Amino acid sequence: MPTPASNRAIPAIQVDPTNKPYFDAAREGRLLIGLCKDTGKHFWYPRGCSPFTLSNNVELVEAKGIGTVYTYTVMRTKEPYCVAYVELDEGVRVFTNIVDCDLDTVRIGQKVKVVFKPTQGDGPPATMFTPV
Amino acid sequence: MSISGKAYIVGAYEHPTRKADNTSVAQLHAEVAYGALQDAGLTKDDIDGYFCTGAAPGLGPLNMADYLGLTKLRHLDSTDVGGSSYVLHVGHALEAIALGKCNVALVTLAGRPRAEAMATGTAPRSWGVNVPDDPFEIPYGRTVANAYALCAMRHMYEFGTTSEQLAWIKVAASHHAQYNPHAMLPKVVTVEDVVNSPMISDPLHRLDCCVISDGGGALILARPEIAKSLKRPLVKVKGHGEATKNQAAGYTDLTYSGARFSGPRAFEEAGVTPKDIQYASIYDSFTITVLIQLEDLGFCEKGQGGKFVADGNLISGVGKLPFNTDGGGLCNNHPANRGGMTKVIEAVRQLRGEAHPKVQVPGCTLALAHGTGGLLGTRHGSATVILERE
Repeated sequence: MPTPASNRAIPAIQVDPTNKPYFDAAREGRLLIGLCKDTGKHFWYPRGCSPFTLSNNVELVEAKGIGTVYTYTVMRTKEPYCVAYVELDEGVRVFTNIVDCDLDTVRIGQKVKVVFKPTQGDGPPATMFTPV
Repeated sequence: MSISGKAYIVGAYEHPTRKADNTSVAQLHAEVAYGALQDAGLTKDDIDGYFCTGAAPGLGPLNMADYLGLTKLRHLDSTDVGGSSYVLHVGHALEAIALGKCNVALVTLAGRPRAEAMATGTAPRSWGVNVPDDPFEIPYGRTVANAYALCAMRHMYEFGTTSEQLAWIKVAASHHAQYNPHAMLPKVVTVEDVVNSPMISDPLHRLDCCVISDGGGALILARPEIAKSLKRPLVKVKGHGEATKNQAAGYTDLTYSGARFSGPRAFEEAGVTPKDIQYASIYDSFTITVLIQLEDLGFCEKGQGGKFVADGNLISGVGKLPFNTDGGGLCNNHPANRGGMTKVIEAVRQLRGEAHPKVQVPGCTLALAHGTGGLLGTRHGSATVILERE
């Protein structure tokens, strides 16, 4: 029996002064990831310092929004949902949900693309993924 | 300079309660502290070092030191790395005692998540305010159960580990729990029982998860001269290691844990190898936690954990590596959702020869206790201690 993705209410996201640009872009339907300009390496999650050098020589850059499922699990609560790490084409592994599909068909290695889902209140959307 | 062996565990006490409807958290701390002092043959005013975590009510150690009437304190440590904290505290107490910062250290843990009806494993929760990773994880329903399930799923994918192999870990714990009158789940279970129990978070079933319990425990560590003046068997802290593991800037590998780092540090300080260990207390929040840690601690090769734990290899008297002979978190208790304390306590029982006769490892002189605290699939603390009967 398939497990359709539920319409679980997604809690409002805590926006702070440092992560605000990321969430402003999410409102516009753009997925950003961190770039350390000291090393040229991408990083996740977005932050104001480089996790490679600790300097603040960082910027947010737009990701393609395409990746593969690195691992996943279906949380078998009353409203089932799929938690996953998606490895973006840019290389970073993002903690997320897989949505808009039969959750029982999600597999490691599956190709997915970004979708933005509204959260409670009038805050920014959450960055989720759905099978391509 | 090596500090190996410069402190001894002289007192250990596990609270018998599993549901503390009528006792406060502070009072549970008092009861375990008193129990450990009685076990050691010491009194409250001998304590000049105190260790607890954020699970203790109040600001660091301040409110509990007040409630317990600890007036001689000259060393304090409330390092909080979740359930692994109490293993780490053993190492920190060794450091403090070796440096002369204190003579007698008390470590306490207590909590009542069961009486408070906390949805420990299945409800998303944050560790605090202004936590920078929360906006990138809490909206996605990160829970304790799914943060471990993610690791299990990847381990299965990379190494072919099966649900049946994971189930053997619960089976072994249940074989031990049947002899523990305080165990919450004393019934012996089979592999089939585990894999047929309801799915919580794929691929972890209900019986892959630990229990939720109230209670707590306490340890007392002391300088060698004090330990030798007491009447209890001598249990020496021979080695300690600690580490953190996290998402590595987005390049995380979920097939291993911080034990890969804390384990070798502890073995090096102790001057022993995994082959020398006769008994191991391994943190068992979930079956997968045990399997990954066993690999990382060097009891088997990476990826071979499934084969290692199968067919009763962790059952005392049956397999090669007796583990969690009190029934562990999987069957006995997991006070305050933090299992590191009881891991150390059962290792001390084994080294004293005071485990239940049905699970006692004959002539046990070298034991390991290991903890993972926080979430295996996101960020966690890791602590390993090696203890020796003298």
